[in-house]
Amino acid sequence: MKKILAALALTTALTLPGVALARPVTLTTTLKSYGGDGAYLAIYVTDAQGAYAGTLWMAGGKAKYYEHLADWYRATGGNASEINGITGASVGAGRTLEITLDLADALFDAGYTLHVDAAVEDMRDSPNDVSVPLTSTNAGQAVQGRRYVASLTYAM
Amino acid sequence: MTRLLHRWPGVVGLALLALLAVSGAALSIFPAAERLSSPRTDPTASIAEVASRIQSAIPGVEQIRRSPSGRITAFWFDNGTPGSAVIDPATGQAIGSADPNQIERWMTNLHRSLFLDDTGRLVSAAGAASMLLLSISGILLVARRTGGWRRWFAPLRGPLAGRIHVELARAAVLGLLLSSATALWMTASTFSLLPDGPAALDQSAASGKKGAALSAMPLLAATPIDDLRELTFPYPDDATDVFTLKTDSGTGAIDQGTGQTLGWVDLTAWERATETVYMLHTGRGASLLGLLLGVMALAVPAMGITGLVVWAAARRGRPSIKGNASPSGADVVVLVGSEGGSTWGFAATLQAALTKAGRRVHVAPMSAFAPGRTRAATHYIVLAATYGDGDAPASAKGFLDRLSALRAAPSAPVAVLGFGDRNFPRFCAYAEAVDTAARTKGWNTLLPFDTIDRQSPQEFARWGRTLGQALGIPLELDHQPVAPRTTGLTLVSRRDYGQEVQASTAILRFALPRLGFLQRLMGRGFARFEAGDLIGILPQGSTVPRFYSLASGSRDGFVEIVVRKHAGGVCSGMLTGLQPGQPVEAFLRRNPTFHPPRGRKPLILIGAGTGIGPLAGLVRANDRLRPMHLFFGMRHRDSDFLYGAELAHWASEGRLASLATACSRGEHPRYVQQVIARESAALAAAIGAGAHVMVCGGREMASGVAETLAAILEPMGLSPARLKAEGRYVEDVY
Repeated sequence: MKKILAALALTTALTLPGVALARPVTLTTTLKSYGGDGAYLAIYVTDAQGAYAGTLWMAGGKAKYYEHLADWYRATGGNASEINGITGASVGAGRTLEITLDLADALFDAGYTLHVDAAVEDMRDSPNDVSVPLTSTNAGQAVQGRRYVASLTYAM
Repeated sequence: MTRLLHRWPGVVGLALLALLAVSGAALSIFPAAERLSSPRTDPTASIAEVASRIQSAIPGVEQIRRSPSGRITAFWFDNGTPGSAVIDPATGQAIGSADPNQIERWMTNLHRSLFLDDTGRLVSAAGAASMLLLSISGILLVARRTGGWRRWFAPLRGPLAGRIHVELARAAVLGLLLSSATALWMTASTFSLLPDGPAALDQSAASGKKGAALSAMPLLAATPIDDLRELTFPYPDDATDVFTLKTDSGTGAIDQGTGQTLGWVDLTAWERATETVYMLHTGRGASLLGLLLGVMALAVPAMGITGLVVWAAARRGRPSIKGNASPSGADVVVLVGSEGGSTWGFAATLQAALTKAGRRVHVAPMSAFAPGRTRAATHYIVLAATYGDGDAPASAKGFLDRLSALRAAPSAPVAVLGFGDRNFPRFCAYAEAVDTAARTKGWNTLLPFDTIDRQSPQEFARWGRTLGQALGIPLELDHQPVAPRTTGLTLVSRRDYGQEVQASTAILRFALPRLGFLQRLMGRGFARFEAGDLIGILPQGSTVPRFYSLASGSRDGFVEIVVRKHAGGVCSGMLTGLQPGQPVEAFLRRNPTFHPPRGRKPLILIGAGTGIGPLAGLVRANDRLRPMHLFFGMRHRDSDFLYGAELAHWASEGRLASLATACSRGEHPRYVQQVIARESAALAAAIGAGAHVMVCGGREMASGVAETLAAILEPMGLSPARLKAEGRYVEDVY
């Protein structure tokens, strides 16, 4: 199990409009045993209009592979400043990534959606492997991904 | 220096390099297998045709990729579930799983990162860097060993391990250079140290419409399927998105409404370079080259083991010099030219005495002569033995070339001391050549040229006092030669010949000594020997061994020598006086230069008197019935026809192809060289076809044979000297 504490408040999340308060949120992502190398995961948020709002975490350190996280890459252009300080190692098949971060209250129940793009070497890319609306009722509920993510849970 | 750069990366990196090489060789199979198993594409088909077929078979297709091996894979979403499969380009249908082979994936991770992620990648890259260093230094060392770039592929002599090491290296070094250099490039690319990212493609001019057919897209219709890398379909819900096409030459964007090409960027030179490097290293897109590199990589573990054996043998062969000063800080530099190792013993005594007298002494082999690195030297001392007929001994190879290549001789004066045996006509010939070369170069003399006969400690002590006077220090050289470790051999039988012709000769057969398990395992001492190797016997009261050529190999199960009794000869008298059951103390000395090269090329064996011994041993061991032609000179057929009965028997078994004898006494007195002259046509033909010549016996006989052969070979533009240089003419003379 990978346990990462993102003690720093996320720059992108904090610059969202209407931010007043933040609360610690634990995000647990477990991968399937898909029989491949470690997966690159981009975890990010879009707003009610579907526009990119900010990145929460990037699992995978080599920028040359980010283009395979296609949705995230299209939204950000692979801009390194989007993931400055919030980058960790790629996540192995069957492993769990757990991150704790301060998320602005205003992100919840306001039409924001949490996305995970996933990519594995020599296997097919899976943009938008998970997409789940950020609501208080969804909190604590496990969501299944489309290809690589077995379950994603965010708990407040 | 080159040797150090070759030795230490090799010794330290041995296990890592073997692992990388073997896993790399295993990985080289996969691209070839993929290439063989992938359905052929019609090379005239366009991307538009194949993509249309796939789209009708798999409506949700969102990406099509073609691997360098020609395998086409499609990726799709079916009701939000992503799928992928290998596609038959003729039908567009899915025919198999596109998931990676688990063994290949495991092996790839082992090969590039040892399962240690980035740390492992750096370790693997360090392995590649060592391999590159080993390849380059190895190429230089081979040139040095063979005597120049033009002779880089020349035949080799010397111990087996060294020959295997160099032969493998010659066959594999180009592949290893390529594999290791490309590995380093790939690591640099992975860590984003190279500007080999893709160029930006502008796709902002999309029409915002949807629905153009693939066949209506000119770029797809004009590009053959074999150029395809990747075709990515637009997002279903996004009308502003475009088709993205990657080919061997660049990346383009196609409008999904109009089908027109919106933009195109060529691959950058860096991208092309990285892709070429990737292809060369992995064999993806060049599977035959990949297999070839894989086979070459398999030489690495074998080279590692033989390299270690060569290194260990060199360490054993020379005594460790305690407190050897560094080259740059030494004021006295002692250069050693030794064949069997005894001259190193003298060097160690000299070094110890000089060090005690307060000098900083650096001892090095003559082959490592580099005055540029010993600038503080005030005196040079050269201790040189002689190999064979005036040749350089093993640790002095290349010294004369290095000396003559210097712009000027070192300013510090030199003393040359030769080691040899006065029984040989060319006593200390090599040391003399060194002294002459030094004076020709204008190198100042510290002491006049001097010699030591048969390792005499008295002569060495006398020379030491002269040296002490020249240096202004009292110098007592008390040299105690290290006696070799001997084994007791018991005589089991003796056959006597030649009393009637005043050449009392005996074939002595000793029992193979009992050996310890470790000795047998390591093949040390009497555990493994061949006819032509030597046994050394220390006569009582002498520190200098006498050597006899072996007439048997360890596989024969006995130790056999042929000894002629010399008037007043201490050792030969002792041996020929032995009765069965009596023991003698002996040790083994390998003589790899007098072993026949492997293969089926005929051997021409020429010997006289006791020189028949090793030649008879070769014939006896000739299980593979290689053509062997023996010329044997004796005194009288009835008296000293050594091995007469056996030779007839071996001929009937096919071990001996022909036998020609010469008797120097009796009705038609003739020498062996006269018989050779009589057979000149047959000999010329055989040597022209690649036969090897081995000569064993007295010095006069050997020089007579060489003269006769020179006359025979001259019309063919060959000479014994040239054959010797090629390793096709070897002598064991005494």
